Amino acid sequence: MSEPALEARGLSRNFGALIATDDVSFAVEAGARQALIGPNGAGKTTLINLLTGVIRPSAGQVMLQGRDVTGLAASARVRMGLSRTFQINQLFPDLTPAESLGLAISERNGSGADFWRVAGGRPAIVAEIADLLQRFGLDGDLDQPTRKLAYGKQRLLEIALALATRPKVLLLDEPAAGVPEEERRDILAALAALPSDVAILLIEHDMDLVFNFASRISVLVGGRLLTEGAPEEIAADERVKAVYLGEDAHG
Amino acid sequence: MSAANPSATAGRLAAHLHRRARWRWGEIAFWLALLAAIVALPARAGILNEVIIAGLFALSLDLILGLAGIVSLGHAAFFGLGAYAAAILASNGLADPTLGLIFGAAIAAIVGLITAPLLLRGADLTRLMVTLGVSLMLGEAANRNAWITGGADGLNFSPGRLLGLFPIDFTGQRNAALYSFAVLFILFAFARRLAQSPFGLALAAIRENRLRAGALGVATSRRIVAVYTLAAAYAGAAGALLAQTTQIVSLDLFDFHRSADVMLMLIIGGAGWLYGGLIGAAAFIILRDVISAATPEYWEFWIGLALVILVLAGRERIGETLRRLVGRLAPAARRGVA
Amino acid sequence: MLTILFDGVAYGMLLFVLASGLSVTLGLMNFINLAHGAFAMVGGYVTALLMNRAGVPFLLTLPAAFLVPAILGVGLERTLYRRLYGASPLDQVLFTIGLVLMAMPIAAYLIGDEPQQVHLPQWLSGRIDFHSVGIGVYRLFIILVCGLIALGLQTFLVRTRFGAQLRAAVDDPRVAQGLGVDVDRIFAIAFAVGSGLAGLGGALAADVVGGIDPSFPVKFLVTFLIVVTVGGSNGILGALFGSLLLGILDVAGKYYVPSIGAFIIYAVMVVTLIVRPQGLFARGDGR
Repeated sequence: MSEPALEARGLSRNFGALIATDDVSFAVEAGARQALIGPNGAGKTTLINLLTGVIRPSAGQVMLQGRDVTGLAASARVRMGLSRTFQINQLFPDLTPAESLGLAISERNGSGADFWRVAGGRPAIVAEIADLLQRFGLDGDLDQPTRKLAYGKQRLLEIALALATRPKVLLLDEPAAGVPEEERRDILAALAALPSDVAILLIEHDMDLVFNFASRISVLVGGRLLTEGAPEEIAADERVKAVYLGEDAHG
Repeated sequence: MSAANPSATAGRLAAHLHRRARWRWGEIAFWLALLAAIVALPARAGILNEVIIAGLFALSLDLILGLAGIVSLGHAAFFGLGAYAAAILASNGLADPTLGLIFGAAIAAIVGLITAPLLLRGADLTRLMVTLGVSLMLGEAANRNAWITGGADGLNFSPGRLLGLFPIDFTGQRNAALYSFAVLFILFAFARRLAQSPFGLALAAIRENRLRAGALGVATSRRIVAVYTLAAAYAGAAGALLAQTTQIVSLDLFDFHRSADVMLMLIIGGAGWLYGGLIGAAAFIILRDVISAATPEYWEFWIGLALVILVLAGRERIGETLRRLVGRLAPAARRGVA
Repeated sequence: MLTILFDGVAYGMLLFVLASGLSVTLGLMNFINLAHGAFAMVGGYVTALLMNRAGVPFLLTLPAAFLVPAILGVGLERTLYRRLYGASPLDQVLFTIGLVLMAMPIAAYLIGDEPQQVHLPQWLSGRIDFHSVGIGVYRLFIILVCGLIALGLQTFLVRTRFGAQLRAAVDDPRVAQGLGVDVDRIFAIAFAVGSGLAGLGGALAADVVGGIDPSFPVKFLVTFLIVVTVGGSNGILGALFGSLLLGILDVAGKYYVPSIGAFIIYAVMVVTLIVRPQGLFARGDGR
């Protein structure tokens, strides 16, 4: 049995007295369809930031395909195959989708430091950009500055960008957040069409999306991993229900 | 999930990505007109030379501010370094202009490389202060080390003949202008190419969203250091040209107001599309001469007023209009950049 | 040596009063006001002109040196500055540089280029010899006055309701607004007080720096910025320690190693920014 695609070992992070992440250990297998759920404030985004290298852990390790990446910068982890999307779109407002995707692909190819060739001069890259644009339905807007795109399209670009790095592990931070009803289907379809050899960890509040997508669910509460298991187990787990019902009672 | 024809998409995509590659007729006209002005108006060679050198200096700032979104209040330091390096070389017997030019650019680049890591941490305000601090330190160091720099008295030197043939001092003003033009053009063409390369695209991404650039695998720190070093080299080259063609170097090259002037030039013309610095430099110098002739003592007041109005009106609008006329050469600077 | 220390402390206190306003606008509104020195210049001119042309005694000019720039500050804040509160740092820098560049020729036009001297009254001049340490009377006066101001500011911030509102507005303007704090009014008042203090500082500094002339704002701009950078924009304590540190280092440096000159304070600033980009005393969140 090969090692997991992504693994957290005893990850902890505190901000002064506030313990945001408390000794979290879990694994995402290659090709997995896994979801991370938990009430607001459970520390899901902090965990993602720890896994991707945006912040350093106070304790613990992050393993990417068996290699310890705890000390590596975010961009280095990306080059090793770990990508993410952001809960709030992090895009390039004045670049077009074509340029944004081209950038991601060039970097992956190692030609990101090329200062002589005109970007988009290599047919292979152009073909790949075109393919991604079409898969995500962005080819109609390929030459528009990103800030002019509809929100749903921007969200799709957010995912497409992460995919352009050809990751082995993809972390999706609430991909459907804020997307209007009509455009949600496109997001869901895009998620369903993601390559099967990529390990995917999905953070979501939308339970329909979670139960439709994931074959394994991890539950994070107050920075600690409460439980993990198959969707049926989680749906039946009393503690999970209490956490969410408790939230409903207040909210 | 899309209905578009794949080959139509590919065609449109290729056209889009290459839209800035070819030199437009407007650009060609610009360079030819500038060259023609130098050739046809030998009496104006002095001011044309000044405009070209200022334009190169502003272009160097555009590389960091316009392309990469790095703010700097101390860019004059590299200009001064290049000027003094070339002057010191010449006053010690190595007066060949080409050598001095390369030396000036190299010295500035080395200092740029060393100080670049200071830019990586902290927010924009930190960057402003650090760049200002470094340029002030260099200015002060130049002041204190009068045995190298000649201090307040300046240096005595004269440049050799360009390529061994053409005098570029006061007897060869037109040669000097042509020399500066050649340097500007070559460096501009290279910068133009760079702006459209994957490297240039990475810089634009860093400017637009540094967090996401890193999340896509861009080695943001290395790119920033690289472009800062290059910008320092360009500014150093401009300084060397100034020293060689005017035979004047003075400590005020390190002054804060030089950094402010070049910033203003770039903003008049608009940052990010590479021609902004050139146009801004021309506008600035012409305006300065016109206004100084009328009210010499209060020139500062008008610059101040121009800055205030420019900022209140929105820096981007003037640049946008100019860009629409000539077309962009690099992904345009974001509204309210820096 | 103690004399040097004493002089350094005096200079530092002066810097504190001069730069405290800048610290407040930076820390409070995240606004970089490079025109701050112009307010100091106005205060200095008020004192010099009142003394030299109207014969007003030195001490009596000081309140005017505070009030005139304060009123000017409020006026400018209401009309111009507030449009740029959300603007990028670069925009703020350029705008305020523009203001300074306008202010200096106006001063030259109205008052002239020669430095306006402030002639200290008899009772403030001279030195006292205290156990073989030479203490300048005026320097002592500066330390006392500025110390009182520092104390007053700190008490005001910590003990009064307005001070509490100010601190709330610094921490989180939106929340403060929601709690009923009139953030707009607080900004205006803080700006006025900051400009007034700058003016007072300018008046006090006039004798020490050899007179007030139109280039004052730019000459001291860098010094102010360094104070604010090193001391952080967190509050009175930080600004005070930053000023004292710089005052002492600058005076001592110029005395013991004259060839270094201003180099020291620039170097201190750069080193501070490398080690702690938010300044020595800033909050942990680095704002």
